[in-house]
Amino acid sequence: MNAALASTGRFLLVPWQARAWRDLWFVVLSSALSLPPLGIMVLAWIFYVPAYVPSVLVCVFAPLAVVVLLSPQLTALRRATYFEIRGVRIPKPPPLPSASGGPRNPGRLTAVGSALADRFRSPRTWRQALFHLVACPAAELVGVLSGVAWLGALVFASVAGNFAAKGSFALAGVQFAVCLVLVYLAPWLVMASVRWDLKLAADLLGPTREEQLAQRVSDLTESRAATVDAADAERRRIERDLHDGTQQRLVSLAMNLGLARATLTDLPEDARAALAEAHEEAKDTLAELRHLVRGLHPVVLEDRGLDAALSGVAARSPVPVRLAVDVPRRVSPTVEAVAYFTVSEALANIAKHAQAAEARVDVWLDGPLLKVSVTDDGVGGADAGRGSGLNGLAQRAASVDGGFEFSSPVGGPTTIQVELPCEL
Amino acid sequence: MRTVIAEDSVLLRAGLTKVLETAGFEVVGAVDDAAGLLAAVEEHRPELVIADVRMPPTFTDEGVRAALVVRRQWPEVAIMVLSQYVEERYAADLLSQQTSAIGYLLKDRVADVESFLESLRRVAGGGTALDPEVVAQLLLRRQDTSLDRLTAREREVLGLMAEGRSNTGIAELLVISESAVAKHINGIFAKLDLSSSDGGDHRRVLAVLRFLDGERA
Repeated sequence: MNAALASTGRFLLVPWQARAWRDLWFVVLSSALSLPPLGIMVLAWIFYVPAYVPSVLVCVFAPLAVVVLLSPQLTALRRATYFEIRGVRIPKPPPLPSASGGPRNPGRLTAVGSALADRFRSPRTWRQALFHLVACPAAELVGVLSGVAWLGALVFASVAGNFAAKGSFALAGVQFAVCLVLVYLAPWLVMASVRWDLKLAADLLGPTREEQLAQRVSDLTESRAATVDAADAERRRIERDLHDGTQQRLVSLAMNLGLARATLTDLPEDARAALAEAHEEAKDTLAELRHLVRGLHPVVLEDRGLDAALSGVAARSPVPVRLAVDVPRRVSPTVEAVAYFTVSEALANIAKHAQAAEARVDVWLDGPLLKVSVTDDGVGGADAGRGSGLNGLAQRAASVDGGFEFSSPVGGPTTIQVELPCEL
Repeated sequence: MRTVIAEDSVLLRAGLTKVLETAGFEVVGAVDDAAGLLAAVEEHRPELVIADVRMPPTFTDEGVRAALVVRRQWPEVAIMVLSQYVEERYAADLLSQQTSAIGYLLKDRVADVESFLESLRRVAGGGTALDPEVVAQLLLRRQDTSLDRLTAREREVLGLMAEGRSNTGIAELLVISESAVAKHINGIFAKLDLSSSDGGDHRRVLAVLRFLDGERA
């Protein structure tokens, strides 16, 4: 009960917090800022009252054009005010795309002209003008009403005083109650006005939902590309470290063992056997490491491109591969890497599961797309969901906005088709 | 045999030097990059050059490019290129000028000291030594050419020829008689339309070239 009373009390006191006074100050300033655009609109009407339709149109559209022209400046002023007084940041919309495609002869006048044309074409300009001419003044009107409420409160207070002096206390009581209601209502109006004002500003001056989403998409695309590139760079670094360090040491070890095996011919039989075993082991390890490291990042891919790199992959495949690569120009390194790993993963899958006699790999350019197709004549029935590398392939393609198609009816053939945009 | 080694790993450079000197080669220069290799060849005029593919500054194919320069400027120098991975594209580059006195092997092969030294001697003697992995990659490209007509066994024999093996070597490897090898080789010549008027050794080189040419076509 007490708690309910306290919260009701807090609710009743809301209009009399410090915030209400800050809001009042804001409304005053904001109203002042609303004056110039409104002033421009009524200026002509003050000095000249148009009597005919054409002059009415001139008196409406000429000021409107001026407001539209000034709308970036007016908007910037608004944005600064909201930030300084309320700490509210209205995000700047992205720069206008140039629909006129830029002037052919970039003289000063043409440049200004095409900038204006862009501005008139953009719905953003009209949203801003709507804010400056209609929405904001409407919100301010509520603020003005609060001033009226205060004034009314004063009037009713003095009237109540008069009635009290004349002794008619009942009437004085009623007048006083009206005064109290008005005094209480005024700060509520102020706060409502400010809330409206801010909401309209965010809706009409900030980027539209569409622009926000477009911005978000471009941010995400950028950060995803950065992630993919970072992963690539990391693979490259690991490859380089293994190549410069471990691999050279292993070659050296295997070579020394080989030298010992070749020169130490007078060793006891079991020592020779141990040496031979160590030598073979070292060579096997070397071959294993070589395959692993090449799988991390093939230098030849960077150096000579897809065709050169894929012949290495195809040659190492245990299932015979027919390889046709028709990519006359280099595409983005990230896309090359995706295509390369798609083929190498697909061939590894075929070797593991397909029981195929032959696989066919085609890589070709189709306009802006790099297309990769891997087919085998195996048993088919592969299931993308069953922990095969297929999901990984689809994800790899998706990481560069590529498409991935897969078909594997029971009895075969299994086909994987990937389409990658060449430039990211 | 006067030899220059270009290899950027200190460990391997020392190891190779040791292996070669044990086998009676004379290592007249051991350098760590392509520029050093060219300078050493200029200075020492060796009979044999051993070069790593990946060296400073870009760590891609410096060795291949340096080998091509050596081949152009000092055609009498035999060249063995070593690499952590073999790529047919680099092989095609190396063999683009001539297919004699050139070798391209995986670094792993160094571990089999005896056969590595044999490859070196073969290359120094004007032969070729292509890594089986390169040959496998090259074979992959042969499918749509006249090489299509070859049987699997003939392909295998041609691959070994491209590796620079002699008939005896091929016979040993495939565990068949030397006359069987000769029969396969004649089959290859016939299917590739190489008539006997081209001469035995010459035909052999032409067959290997055809094999490698399909690559670039």
